[in-house]
Amino acid sequence: MEETRIGVFVCDCGSNIAGFLDVPDVVAYARTLPNVVFAKENLYSCSETGISEIKNGIKENSLTRVVVASCTPRTHEPTFRSACDEAGLNPFYFEMVNIREHCSWVHMVDRERATNKAKDLVRIGIAKAALLEAQESIVANVNKRVLVIGGGVAGLTASESFSRRGFEVVLIEKEEKLGGRLNDLHMLYPHNIKASHVLEQKIRNATSSPLIKIYTSSVIKSVKGYVGNYEVSVEAGGKALDVTCGVIVVASGASVLEPRGLYNYDSHNVITQLELEKRLQREEVNAGNIAMIQCVGARTKERNYCSKICCMTAIKNAIIIKEENPKTNIFILYEDIQCYGLEGEALLRKAKEAGVRFVNYDPAEPPVVGEGSVKVYHKVLRREMALPYDLLVLSTPMIAREDAKDLSKLLRVPTDESGFFLEAHVKLRPLDFATDGIYLCGSAHWPADVRESISQALGAVARASVHLTRGFVKVDPIVSTLADEDLCVGCGLCAALCPYGAIEIVETPKGKKASMISVACKGCGVCGSTCYRRAIKMNHFSNEQMSAQIAAL
Amino acid sequence: MEGLSGGVGEFRVKVRKKARLVDEDKCIACGQCAEKCPAKVPDQFNMGLGLRKAIYKHFAQGIPSVYTIDKENCIRIKKGAGKKKKPCGLCEKVCPADAVNFDQEDEYIEIDVGAIVLATGYDLFDPSGLSHYGYGKIENVVVSLEYERLMSASGPTGGHLDRPSDGKLAKRVGFVQCVGSRDLRNNDYCSGFCCMHSIKEAILTREHDAESEVYIFYNDLRAMGKGFHQYRKRGEEQYGIKYIKARVGEITQDEEGNPIVWYEDVEEGKVKHLALDIVVLATASVPSEGVGELTTVLGVDLEGHGFIRSDMTHPSLTSVPGIFVCGACHGPIDIPESVAQASGAAAVAAEIMLAANVKEH
Repeated sequence: MEETRIGVFVCDCGSNIAGFLDVPDVVAYARTLPNVVFAKENLYSCSETGISEIKNGIKENSLTRVVVASCTPRTHEPTFRSACDEAGLNPFYFEMVNIREHCSWVHMVDRERATNKAKDLVRIGIAKAALLEAQESIVANVNKRVLVIGGGVAGLTASESFSRRGFEVVLIEKEEKLGGRLNDLHMLYPHNIKASHVLEQKIRNATSSPLIKIYTSSVIKSVKGYVGNYEVSVEAGGKALDVTCGVIVVASGASVLEPRGLYNYDSHNVITQLELEKRLQREEVNAGNIAMIQCVGARTKERNYCSKICCMTAIKNAIIIKEENPKTNIFILYEDIQCYGLEGEALLRKAKEAGVRFVNYDPAEPPVVGEGSVKVYHKVLRREMALPYDLLVLSTPMIAREDAKDLSKLLRVPTDESGFFLEAHVKLRPLDFATDGIYLCGSAHWPADVRESISQALGAVARASVHLTRGFVKVDPIVSTLADEDLCVGCGLCAALCPYGAIEIVETPKGKKASMISVACKGCGVCGSTCYRRAIKMNHFSNEQMSAQIAAL
Repeated sequence: MEGLSGGVGEFRVKVRKKARLVDEDKCIACGQCAEKCPAKVPDQFNMGLGLRKAIYKHFAQGIPSVYTIDKENCIRIKKGAGKKKKPCGLCEKVCPADAVNFDQEDEYIEIDVGAIVLATGYDLFDPSGLSHYGYGKIENVVVSLEYERLMSASGPTGGHLDRPSDGKLAKRVGFVQCVGSRDLRNNDYCSGFCCMHSIKEAILTREHDAESEVYIFYNDLRAMGKGFHQYRKRGEEQYGIKYIKARVGEITQDEEGNPIVWYEDVEEGKVKHLALDIVVLATASVPSEGVGELTTVLGVDLEGHGFIRSDMTHPSLTSVPGIFVCGACHGPIDIPESVAQASGAAAVAAEIMLAANVKEH
């Protein structure tokens, strides 16, 4: 067997590490450890100088394993792996030790103990490095067709954009016609564009593209596969349809809460803001006194969130009614009025100037609806008021669709506590799921207005197109493998627990066995730690490697 | 950007790369120059609350990791102008990489591009002009970004809430919302993200010091994004933030330098006041200083407030074909929406690039 020759590089990170622990001491210590034939201090291991020091170190000392003790692997592990690769060493013969976040930054006040901890971590890293195995990246081709779920403004925008890039799209819509929520809306704030105009244009663009195949009255029945290669069964207008695709965009939208049992809701004189939109579309609003109540069923214990778009919707509709008939009395009862963005406040002012009255109520003392009048305590005027109404409009929140849970199970993607789909990262990856190959836009993610839905849809296209344009996916080989087929009894625990759908149980001549879809595996290790038969091995985090690390501690 | 010619699919941009007087290829960011530099000036990154040297890096993790000489404050440049024998030059002497180059000149670069994405961001409103809030006169009235730096472990106070006037640990902190926003005299719009960052800063204050008291003076608390309302409730229920619905009229100070917030308690209809250790102004988001100049070069329209004009139904488009926009340069916006928009702008720009490819081949 080849001799194990480990090289250790300890980074100063300028003064980020060297300022708070004794780097030369750590280097000297590393030299005393088993299999270490070379150790060096770098001013910045990640700099061009540092990288060439590592590459030269590998060549001049015939290193077979490399350890860098520096910062978090999140930023620079790929940098150092490719340095190894360029120096002719398999990139997975590399191990990284974090002595910045784990030592110098958190133990700034205790140089000696920070140094000792760095030595401990370096020793653990070296123990693992000795047992590292070479790995090859996993590559799979990408099917260039896209599945878009939902034919509302987000789904239509995404489909159109994919087609303009030359990708084939299959668009699935559950309802009989395209357009989603936009079908029900009258005008769009802030510029009072007719919703039907936007919708007609979107539908025209989508239906006229030869690359977009549209299936209405259709639902997803099953989803198999992984990024680049999905197989989706659809029930399309009563017929079975099989779709293969490389990526999936979820643009399934949201529902609007029907306020049954709240504020005498009867869908007649007491209606929702959405019903008001429909009446405005048909020019059926003819009331002398209108009251609107905001946050009906929102910002409560049951739905502990603000639905974002309802204040602007109420203000927009109040202005439209006032402009049509200035004699109409309109009161808007609100908790906090939400007019964010450049135009929101201007519309609020416009409504006030048009004579719309705003009444601030306390959620602890909500309005009481009687026959033809609403009683409310006005927080600012500090008195009880009775407001007459012919039409009472309840602004109810957007809520997650009832079938969102089913879809989330089929796609194996999570939802949040309010039932909306949960993105990969709340700030940095708002349009991705944690699972590669599935993307998110529009109100399926969170209540969004038309403008936000459109930009999110375009964004989801950009994210998804990375895979489509490249034509293949390359995945780190840090995945689970069925190391010993004979040990596996096909119990299915691993497949049931895998959050990424990366394991299936298959019939083999030896009986039922687990089968790993390496491209879909994220290397989380749930299967490996669950397998009581020890048939599963995690590449790069094997039992032997982990045990060696623990023993070294 | 100093010039633009051509059109969509075939732009030519002229860029002036300002001389940093340090050779980017040679600098190893060791920091010895800054250690030796004798010229100390207020550090913009720490909002002027700390000092930096005339040769500096904007902040520790700045990219590229290269030092720059601030020509306004460099002793050699300021005092040596026109003289044969130049003073100082210590940085040049200590640099082990021979990277300091006082003769470096601005460089003009011409680049051919198919599409342009504007992501130039925003500035924060300067509240010095609002005399009733005392910013600039009352030392313990700070803006949110200054407060962020005071709370930061890598900031000028090492994360201690030492207030500016006397270094006393701040125990009672007030946040004043809508400073320069929702205000017809300044900016009529809502900046959208300030309520949330004040709640965050209030929560962090309480995490720093469980005995501190935090107050947020607000008009409407705008917590409409994903998870925001829960966050607001958590601030109240778990961290004891006191939300006070009130527009602050004036901030004065007592003999000990404690700012006093005068406000109308809307619910009680009374004018009240509250003495605090430090007051944080949540200032409006305004168009960035250079956006006018940039858009003049590009021929891109601005909207009435001075942000870049974008289209309601095509939110990534500007008035010029092939030039796209994302983020806070076309209106106040928070991080997730900026990130989503950035991807959206990339998508529409890519459509053009693909079309340009087709034309070329």
